[in-house]
Amino acid sequence: MNKSVKNIINQTLTNFIEEENIDNSIDVNESTRLFGSDALFSSIQLVSFITELEENLEDELDIEITLADEKAMSMRTSPFSSVKYLISYVEEKLKENG
Amino acid sequence: MDSLRRVILITGTRKGIGRYLAEHFLNLGDVVIGCSRSETDLESDSYTHFCLDVSDEKAVKKMISSVRKSIGYVDILINNAGVASMNHYLLTPKSTVEKLFNTNVIGTFLFSRELAKLMSKKRYGRIINFSTVAVPLNLEGEAVYAASKSAVVSLTKILSKEVGSLGITVNAVGPTPVLTDLIKTVPKNKIQELLDQQAIERLGTFEDVLNVVEFFIKPESSFITGQVVYLGGVS
Repeated sequence: MNKSVKNIINQTLTNFIEEENIDNSIDVNESTRLFGSDALFSSIQLVSFITELEENLEDELDIEITLADEKAMSMRTSPFSSVKYLISYVEEKLKENG
Repeated sequence: MDSLRRVILITGTRKGIGRYLAEHFLNLGDVVIGCSRSETDLESDSYTHFCLDVSDEKAVKKMISSVRKSIGYVDILINNAGVASMNHYLLTPKSTVEKLFNTNVIGTFLFSRELAKLMSKKRYGRIINFSTVAVPLNLEGEAVYAASKSAVVSLTKILSKEVGSLGITVNAVGPTPVLTDLIKTVPKNKIQELLDQQAIERLGTFEDVLNVVEFFIKPESSFITGQVVYLGGVS
C-alpha cells in the first residue's frame, strides 16, 4: 500500500508539472516544498494538484477520499507543505478509512 | 468549449423549474444529468438521473465521480434544487432552518465544489445558482429562506473570484415567485404583497428564468461572472 500511494503521488506530480509547464529544472524529491516561499506551486496550482491527486487515488485504489478536510487544515505542519508530508498524510488517511 | 455535445448537470429535476430546464436542454440536443430525492419519470437516452439528498456529501461525491468516469466532463451546473418556507420568525422551528440551509446552501456548496474541480480540468465551466427576490426585498416571514439565499449570493460572488482563473464563471438568477410547489402553501395575499414591490407586478414564468440562464451560459458571456440577476425589476 505504501509504495502504491507513493507511486500515485509521484506520478500525479510528474504529470501535473508537465501539464502546467512548471519549470522542469527544479529537482522534485520528497523534500520539495509544494507551497509557500520557494515552492513548486502557486496557490491555485496547489488546489488543482490536490484535486487531481484525489481523482487519481480514487481511480487507482477504488476509494473515495477528501484530502482537504478539517484535520488537514488544522495540522501544525500542513500535509500539503511538502511531498514527504503529503505521502505520510495520505497513507495515514487510508489506514483510518480502513 | 469544444464541439462535443454540452453536458449540463441540473439539481432538482423531478419537477418545477428543474424539470422544465432539463426538458428544454434535452430538446436542444444536450446531455443532461439530473438528480432529486426520488425517482423521476423523465426518460431520454441523453438523460441520467441520480436519487440523492443534495446535502449528503458522500452521495454527491459518488455521483460526480460516476459522471467523471462515464462522461468525463460537465460544462454547465445549474444549482436549482431548493426548498422554501414562510413563517413568522418567532414561530420558526430549528428543524426548518436546518432543512433550508442543508438544501439551499450546503447543496449548492457541494455541487459547486465538486463540479468546479471537474470543470477546472477543461478550463471551462458555467455555474448558475438560484437566489430569490426575497433577498433584496427583505420579505417578512421569509427570514430563514432569504438568509439561506443570501448565503447563496455570497457563495456565488466569492466562488466566482476563486475560480475565475480556471475558466469557470459563477452567476445567480433571482426569480420572483413562479407558480411551482415551492410557493403552493404561501397565502395569496402574501404573494400579492410581494408582487406589489416589483417594478413589473406579475408572477415569473419558467421562460423568464430560462432566459437568464441562457444568457449566463452562452459562449459570449465568458466575461460575466459574480453577478446576480433579479427578475421583475427588483434590485
